[in-house]
Amino acid sequence: MSTQTVAAPAETAVVAVAGNPNTGKSTLFNTLTGARQQVGNYPGITVERRLGACRIGEATVSFLDLPGAYSLAAASQDEQVVVDVLTGRLPGETRPRAVVCVVDATNLRRNLFLASQVAETGLAVVIALNMIDEAEARGIRIDVPKLAERLGVPVVPTVATRGKGLDELKAAVVRSLASPGRFPPVPWPDAVRDAAREISQAAGRELSPAEAHRLLFDLDPAAPAQDGLAAAQVRARQGLERAGLDPVSAEALLRYRHIEALLQGTVTQVDPRQAGRAYAVDRFLTHRFWGLLVFTVLMFVVFSSIYWIAQPIMEAVDSLFVLAAEKAGEALASRPMLQSLVAEGVIPGVGGVLIFLPQILILFFFIAVLEDTGYMARAAFLMDKVFSWTGLNGKSFVPMLSSFACAVPSILATRTIEDPKARLSTILVSPLMSCSARLPVYVLLIGAFIEPRYGALWAGAALFALHLLGLVVAIPIAFFINRFLLKLRSLPFILEMPPYRRPSVRGVLLRMYRSGSEFVVRAGTVIFAFSIVIWALTYFPRPASVEEEVRRSRAPAAEEKEIERAVKSAYLEQSLMGRFGKAVQPAFAPAGFDWKITVAVLAAFPAREVLVSTLGIIYAEEGAEDDPGLRASLSAARWPDGRPVYTPLVAVAVMVFFAFCLQCGSTVAVIARESSWKWAGFAFAYMTGLAWLGAVAVYQIGTAIAGKGGAA
Amino acid sequence: MTLNELELNRSGAILAVSGRGAVAQRLLAMGFLPGTPVRVVQVAPFGDPITVELDGWRVSLRLAEAATLSVAAEGRP
Repeated sequence: MSTQTVAAPAETAVVAVAGNPNTGKSTLFNTLTGARQQVGNYPGITVERRLGACRIGEATVSFLDLPGAYSLAAASQDEQVVVDVLTGRLPGETRPRAVVCVVDATNLRRNLFLASQVAETGLAVVIALNMIDEAEARGIRIDVPKLAERLGVPVVPTVATRGKGLDELKAAVVRSLASPGRFPPVPWPDAVRDAAREISQAAGRELSPAEAHRLLFDLDPAAPAQDGLAAAQVRARQGLERAGLDPVSAEALLRYRHIEALLQGTVTQVDPRQAGRAYAVDRFLTHRFWGLLVFTVLMFVVFSSIYWIAQPIMEAVDSLFVLAAEKAGEALASRPMLQSLVAEGVIPGVGGVLIFLPQILILFFFIAVLEDTGYMARAAFLMDKVFSWTGLNGKSFVPMLSSFACAVPSILATRTIEDPKARLSTILVSPLMSCSARLPVYVLLIGAFIEPRYGALWAGAALFALHLLGLVVAIPIAFFINRFLLKLRSLPFILEMPPYRRPSVRGVLLRMYRSGSEFVVRAGTVIFAFSIVIWALTYFPRPASVEEEVRRSRAPAAEEKEIERAVKSAYLEQSLMGRFGKAVQPAFAPAGFDWKITVAVLAAFPAREVLVSTLGIIYAEEGAEDDPGLRASLSAARWPDGRPVYTPLVAVAVMVFFAFCLQCGSTVAVIARESSWKWAGFAFAYMTGLAWLGAVAVYQIGTAIAGKGGAA
Repeated sequence: MTLNELELNRSGAILAVSGRGAVAQRLLAMGFLPGTPVRVVQVAPFGDPITVELDGWRVSLRLAEAATLSVAAEGRP
């Protein structure tokens, strides 16, 4: 799907919604526009773009929700979007006609810093004084009429979570579109004016004060300035220094001095004792001992919910699709190819998309609650040190943890990481965590080869070790990716700890709905296409002679069901997939795989749990992980010289292969959606390479040790 | 002294931001201006990062970033 933007109709004005993080900006946007939102990406970048329409009297206004930012000095791609949209420099994006600046009423001074920068773009500004109820509860009194008079633009007190003040806000937006107010500009000293003029001249086009100031002040912007400007920037900054202004701090000092003057006498803290109440539980929740305990319990609840609550729902979805495939198969019995396409390609393909929905919805329920309460910031704070060793920061924790259930929702959850490089490297290592789809594979092989020989204790230990394996390997790999591939500079960690707040039911539900529908639409199409391709590879070619041959060689007394399984197995062996498996088997020989394991492993690339059913087809058995027939067939399998194919060592090699390998079309598709096909290819390649190395190492080292010990 | 040296629950006032790049500008934009009172309210379990309170709100930052902020501690308790 392309990342095109949907242009608003000519008669509707686009109004941007901007503000600091944690100001309730998105809640306000959601309340203004309801569920009628168009969600996509900005052209060419992975920053989420949300546009929603709102009828105000006669007019229709399109609100555009911008990413949260503390300053127009863009430190990330997200923040760069804010500047580019507001200055009309983002190709393909209509420049808004006005901006609603959402400011946190409990923290006016810091919030007005951004508002004052936004005003320099020349767009009409309306201030939404949000969370006014919280300010009152904390003993902060704001003289709104006086503030509006000082700021020269409409100031509307709002409580976005309860829809309070929104009608007034809409009316103010419409009024401002007709006759914009004027936010008082910072009284810049002459040195700044001269320097800004110098840069404007070098740019060779008309710059708004906002653009000129960004080029003048921002030392290390996310998007570098165009060529001819660098020299002018150096000269302009030298001009500032000659006037005794430090280019690093001049903007902040002068702008904050201006804001202080504007705020003089408009805000009073009537009861200072109330101020710290919003943070009262912090002492407990970030405590060395209690904080970590609560954190561990909470994460256990989150993780076990996606694991255990989702499981029965997923099984229900699964059996529904199995039933549907069965019914469709019966209905199409007269046309075998169509029957197979529908019953073994299309229906399982759709089911393979929808099966992820329960996990995605449950994970995003928890993410929405954790974020909206403010706990997510505390989790990042508690875990930051652990991640700093890899070059990442604490924000990677929740995606990594949820990856143990399923990498697909966890990759979507990396959107909470602002830094694009940190986000990418978290995406790239997340699939190493042992997800729930690997479990059936482990259960089958451990049940067939480890448990009967070594007992339940070792079986449990093996299962645990396989889960630990991905995590242990992820740390050096994340370090390597950050250090050498992405050249991630050690990430600064400056994270606001918002006051604890009660999440709104509506906001949580909307978040769940949006993540679910996005997954189905965006990733679902690719996953579906994958499953059709794999179906074709295992179905064709299909000469009738294969079936005839099987039927001829079987005793006429044999059960029909048994014959059908043998036919299926024979077709798979000579299908494109089967031939390919036999052709590449030598590559897997060092890991101890025969052609049957190789075919099963290859067929499991779109979805690893398929291994079990493919082995079932190959050995013409039922094909479930607890199927005694399949277990027996595996144990009985022999090389031509009579050695057993599956020694415990080979079973371990296969499991290690599965622990590392990115055998999941859905994950590949989601990585591609969230980054690019190039990175999806990289993840696939490095994990497959790692899997092969791991399996070969296990088999070779194991064989060598066994050989020395004299025990075969 | 610098902000990373300020003990838990101690207050002080920012004197200057010594960094020279985007991180310094971000801290300034967030209100770490000379003269602003700050207090260390939390230290993470592994000793890093820390959370400070300034101007009625809280922000956590690593010791490395805190070391770029010079502060004057309030008189010994």
